[in-house]
Amino acid sequence: MMTDQGTRSLVIERELPFPADRVWRALTDPVLLAEWLMANDFVAQVGHRFNFRAAPQPHWNGVTDCEVLALEPGRRIAYRWDPTGADAASGLRTVVTWTLTPTPRGVMLRFEQSGFRPQDERSVAGARYGWDRFLGGLERVAAGLDD
Amino acid sequence: MSFAADRVFRSLSDPTRRALFERLSRGGELTVSALTASAGVSQPAVSKHLGVLKRAGLVNDRRDGRETHYRARPEGLAPLTGWIVHYGAFWRDRLDRLESLLQGMDR
Repeated sequence: MMTDQGTRSLVIERELPFPADRVWRALTDPVLLAEWLMANDFVAQVGHRFNFRAAPQPHWNGVTDCEVLALEPGRRIAYRWDPTGADAASGLRTVVTWTLTPTPRGVMLRFEQSGFRPQDERSVAGARYGWDRFLGGLERVAAGLDD
Repeated sequence: MSFAADRVFRSLSDPTRRALFERLSRGGELTVSALTASAGVSQPAVSKHLGVLKRAGLVNDRRDGRETHYRARPEGLAPLTGWIVHYGAFWRDRLDRLESLLQGMDR
């Protein structure tokens, strides 16, 4: 997706057969967030600064700098998602936005990570991850391309 | 995901093609017959797979008499190396985990 600033977004939408309030809890309860995303010190409050932390890997310090930018309880939450350490050198700064829309079956969950510049699409960054690491999950990822 | 990345992903999602590409990445230039010897499928099948890899920009070929020689193009993986692709794989994996968690959550 292109925007007028010339940046691109990654968008993933999934309809989930669960009540919206349950999905909202999984997105905003720090204990639940840690279970499916990463360890964190998240608080659902605009302006709150926090980190997501994963175990460091050879080319990734595992720490992401975040700040809650927008909050509409039960409907939408947005936070800064900025890599730190060596990854910050690429200048990559993004915003992650989660939006919930009730549907007859449950809820449509829309994920958007915005702010990718043209140079982020084919940057040296990914090369550090080694293409062989990608190949492990490739079949699963390819199977999801039609999402 | 960009069209180029999509094509690279799809061509490498087949285990036989991935094995051919990995073999070429290690082995320099190889002929179709040399690749067939270790591929476990017929020579026409190997040629077909190599054609897919070539259209995805992952291998180059060179005719020499009756033999066609193939060589890996590691730079063909470039569409997979950007941040968008990296995060695409990351978030799809995390959303799978989110769904499993929601499944197990009590109301």
